[in-house]
Amino acid sequence: MDAAGPGADIRVEGGVASCLGAWTVDGLGPLERRLERFAWPEAPEVLLDGTAVAAMDTAGAWVLDGVVRSLERGGRRVRLRLRPQDEALLGMVRSSAAAAGPPPAPARAGLLERVGRWTVEAGRRAPGVLAFMGENAMAAARGLARPRRVRWRQVLHDLQAAGFAALPITGLLSFLMGLVIAYQGAVQLSRYGAAIFVADLVGFAMLRELSPLLTAIIVAGRSGSAYAAQIGTMKVTEEVDALRTVGIPPLELLVLPKVVALMVALPLLTVYADVLGVAGGMVAASSELGVSFGDFLDRFGRAMRISDYLVGVGKAPVFAAIIAVTGCYQGFQVSGDAESVGRRTTVSVVQSVFLVIVVDAVFSVIFSRLGI
Amino acid sequence: MTGADAIEGNGREAPLRVSDVHTRFGGAVVHDGLSLTVRRGEVFALAGASGCGKSTLLREIIMLHRPERGSIRVLGEEVTGLGGEAALSLLRRVGVMFERGALFGALTVAENVGVPLREHTRLGARLIGEIAALKVALAGLPADAGAKVPAELSGGMRKRAALARAIALDPELLFLDEPTAGLDPLSASGFDELVRHLKELLGLTVVIVSHDLDLLWRVADRVAFMGEGKVVGVGTMAELSHSEHPLVREYFYGPRGRAAWEQAWKRK
Repeated sequence: MDAAGPGADIRVEGGVASCLGAWTVDGLGPLERRLERFAWPEAPEVLLDGTAVAAMDTAGAWVLDGVVRSLERGGRRVRLRLRPQDEALLGMVRSSAAAAGPPPAPARAGLLERVGRWTVEAGRRAPGVLAFMGENAMAAARGLARPRRVRWRQVLHDLQAAGFAALPITGLLSFLMGLVIAYQGAVQLSRYGAAIFVADLVGFAMLRELSPLLTAIIVAGRSGSAYAAQIGTMKVTEEVDALRTVGIPPLELLVLPKVVALMVALPLLTVYADVLGVAGGMVAASSELGVSFGDFLDRFGRAMRISDYLVGVGKAPVFAAIIAVTGCYQGFQVSGDAESVGRRTTVSVVQSVFLVIVVDAVFSVIFSRLGI
Repeated sequence: MTGADAIEGNGREAPLRVSDVHTRFGGAVVHDGLSLTVRRGEVFALAGASGCGKSTLLREIIMLHRPERGSIRVLGEEVTGLGGEAALSLLRRVGVMFERGALFGALTVAENVGVPLREHTRLGARLIGEIAALKVALAGLPADAGAKVPAELSGGMRKRAALARAIALDPELLFLDEPTAGLDPLSASGFDELVRHLKELLGLTVVIVSHDLDLLWRVADRVAFMGEGKVVGVGTMAELSHSEHPLVREYFYGPRGRAAWEQAWKRK
């Protein structure tokens, strides 16, 4: 079948149809399209002569068999002459074709059906989410009751991976964020001669909102996705099942340490982001508005209350729990294949960022009602 | 390995010729001047203990790994250093069944089998579907298996689906990596028969990498026994069972080897 040669062809002369060329997967393409409207001889009996084909493979034999069947359906009698090796091939194709049955029809759902399926699926999933959160709460309660059961080594490892390793990126981004806010504010503030209020601007923005939010989004992208992918892959390779069978509840080993580690790491990262964000604002204020570091810090100390700082840092553990639980939950939802791991990882990041922002909005409403 | 062995009676080159291959992973020597020749139309098996470099050799033959030095000729072409178009056109004349199937999880079995056809030929979608269904049937799977995704199949069915994909383009040379690993004895012996059957029907040359002694006795025309980075014995199983080499003797006359040997004799 290595002879490239000319493609498959059928030439009709009188009552004889001669098969020529390469009846192989490579050579069949053009013939296949022509076969739909082929001018067969009108005679009631057709001699199909395949002795001159250059090569034949199973695909060729299948197409030839299709030709024979369609001619016979048209009421003609077909006599077939083949090379001996092709004879055997055709026999095999015929016997397998009987077993093969019709090829499965491609399933294509309409819009309405897709919406319906999606809704049913979402409805079915909802109790699953609740159950997962419940199981986590139970595991956490067990951990509180008997702290020695918590896998502290795992917690430390996750703390290092999600917290310490995120310091450079979090620091850089919050520094730049502080810088940008101060620059943006500088134009407006200098117009009113209120340059010194840049400290209030940067302080309130970073401490109350941007530091916790920025840090949470970075961690959702870095760690939440990693949790989903890790647990998802472990599910595909049946490691999760293996854990269960050796008597380790997967939640206890895989989820709880991550939740605990992230709830510690995220507030710490937020404090760190506060510091660098304000530093960034300070740098911009001195270069753009001529506010010295001393003046900036003096104003900052008088404008900020401790509650502004605590509001920001206090949100962080909630965000952390959302990110860790969402990532792990999506990881456990992986089924079967590699694509599912990718899809669940994406969903975990999108959902946790979405939830973090929604919860942040809820916090803002509550805090403003309470006047904090 | 004599020079005359490399060229067959009809003047065509042997479908697979490996000569003097050296491979090293870090400090560990895997192949130390390994040579072998596979004849057209035979079922050739690579046997040997775990970790003797069987699978590495397979990976080198199908261009997934490059040996340090030596020559590997597949269907008349030197594959060490082959790349791009030439490598692709050679690979499509070769079918490979991976040990764990390596089916694409997001596709149904029929779509998996259709992948090489869609990728490499200009056939219409309907014909590709029909040919895929035919190959699924040839591999001994029921018709409804074609519409399932690999995760829904049992281990044995997944192997058959992988085989169906490997023969999608009617390859001249078929590689099977541990075809019976992880199968129950009944499915495994079913697989033996399937391989022989397909080889006769399609005129394939089959290279099996396996340490399943039953499979070697039942299917292989010739077996190359690997050890110490070389081929320490080549021949039919009956010939190998008389080998004096300590590694081969250990393999054949261990408890499992003896059982398989007795089985094979009873069948005769």
